[in-house]
Amino acid sequence: MITALANPKRFLDFSNMIAPWVCAAAIILLGVGFYWALFATPPDYQQGQSVKIMFVHVPAAYMGIMIYGLMAGASLVGLVFRHPLADVAAKSAAPLGAAFTALALLTGSLWGRPMWGTYWQWGDARLVSELILLFIYLGYIALWNAIDDPVRAAKAAAILSLVGAADVPIIHFSVDWWNTLHQPASIIRPGGPTIDKTFLVPLFIMMLGYTVLFLWLWLLRMQTEIFERRARALMMAKGA
Amino acid sequence: MTAFSALLMRDMRLAFRAGGGASLAAAFFALVSALVPFGVGADLVLLGRIAGGVLWVSAALAALLSLDRLFQADFEDGTLDVLALSPLSLESASTAKILAHWMTTGLPLVVLSPVLGLLLNLPAPAYGALVASLAIGTPALSGVGAIGAALTLSIRRGGLILALIVLPLITPALIFGAGAVMDAMDGTGRGAFLFLAAFSVAAVALSPFAAAAGVRLNLGG
Repeated sequence: MITALANPKRFLDFSNMIAPWVCAAAIILLGVGFYWALFATPPDYQQGQSVKIMFVHVPAAYMGIMIYGLMAGASLVGLVFRHPLADVAAKSAAPLGAAFTALALLTGSLWGRPMWGTYWQWGDARLVSELILLFIYLGYIALWNAIDDPVRAAKAAAILSLVGAADVPIIHFSVDWWNTLHQPASIIRPGGPTIDKTFLVPLFIMMLGYTVLFLWLWLLRMQTEIFERRARALMMAKGA
Repeated sequence: MTAFSALLMRDMRLAFRAGGGASLAAAFFALVSALVPFGVGADLVLLGRIAGGVLWVSAALAALLSLDRLFQADFEDGTLDVLALSPLSLESASTAKILAHWMTTGLPLVVLSPVLGLLLNLPAPAYGALVASLAIGTPALSGVGAIGAALTLSIRRGGLILALIVLPLITPALIFGAGAVMDAMDGTGRGAFLFLAAFSVAAVALSPFAAAAGVRLNLGG
């Protein structure tokens, strides 16, 4: 399917067809997820109602990392296989990934105040590596905008995303390697999740909802990027 | 003389000449470190506690200074095209340039750091750790910086964006380098040197490949 969608025209047709459905699915999933998470779950015995920030924070953090993985994968495909839309995919995903990472940092900070007594902790490996991820995203976006030639920009940004991908496993394993402030892994760990099902199910719905929302926004951004490139090509042809 | 050592000697000679930037980085290092007491006040105890971190941050910024000309100067006069066609691989050429950059920018910082440590009232047990951590960590700064230099080769005034993409990538060196100095000050042993050395080895070993890829994409276009 990825090779079938390499043709920009075919991709535009495909995305036009599925975009309304993806948008509807996102609205439904997020609506159900928010209601369930905020109103239909009991307060935590220890944290009270502030545990509900988890339903916004954890999916956002997961999205930040997943999108970076997608971006690095698309960059690799673009560099190695020269897929025509790979760099469009990577470029379009980056601001979304940065936004989710910023959201994770912000909501995590707000959650930290009631939980840990502090908005931030500089010595904690996960907080710091997540912040570095945000800076890597911003550097990636800046590099795309700084280079005029889109072909060169695509390759340079691809190399940068692959170099920065070293941060992703550090973020995930940081809570296992260092025991400072952020709690250890509760979901992806040997032995399975340690969160109770009453919280785990709405959490997964929220994660799915965030993912589908990202997919919809990603499709829109890719369409916009393709149109921008067409417009630029037309302007250059007109100028010549 | 091999091609590698010829390139190395050439780059070092160029760096030490007028406008080369070798002494510039050392002067910048000294200046930024001297600025900190103006900013945080003259409390010697405070300065002593933050000296390790301040010196590491200044070293990172000073190492960044001459990086944007690492490949760009040769790119502009066509030397990089000749290098790409030579029997020396671009990876080896990048390694030679990284080594030259470290010896002309990183090493002076290492040598200058104890003097600046005195200026910032660094406690006595920390001097050895300061020099050792900078000696181990500055090659990583040059290596990762070379990746950024290669990627931002074609950008006019690419210095700022170079800093923007390189600084997040060198934070592990900063964290563990400053951490090693703190460990020596406090007498604790949290393995910061080992982490720093691991990061440095990985960075120095892998960065020539990424830098060469960056050079290649800018030459091919």
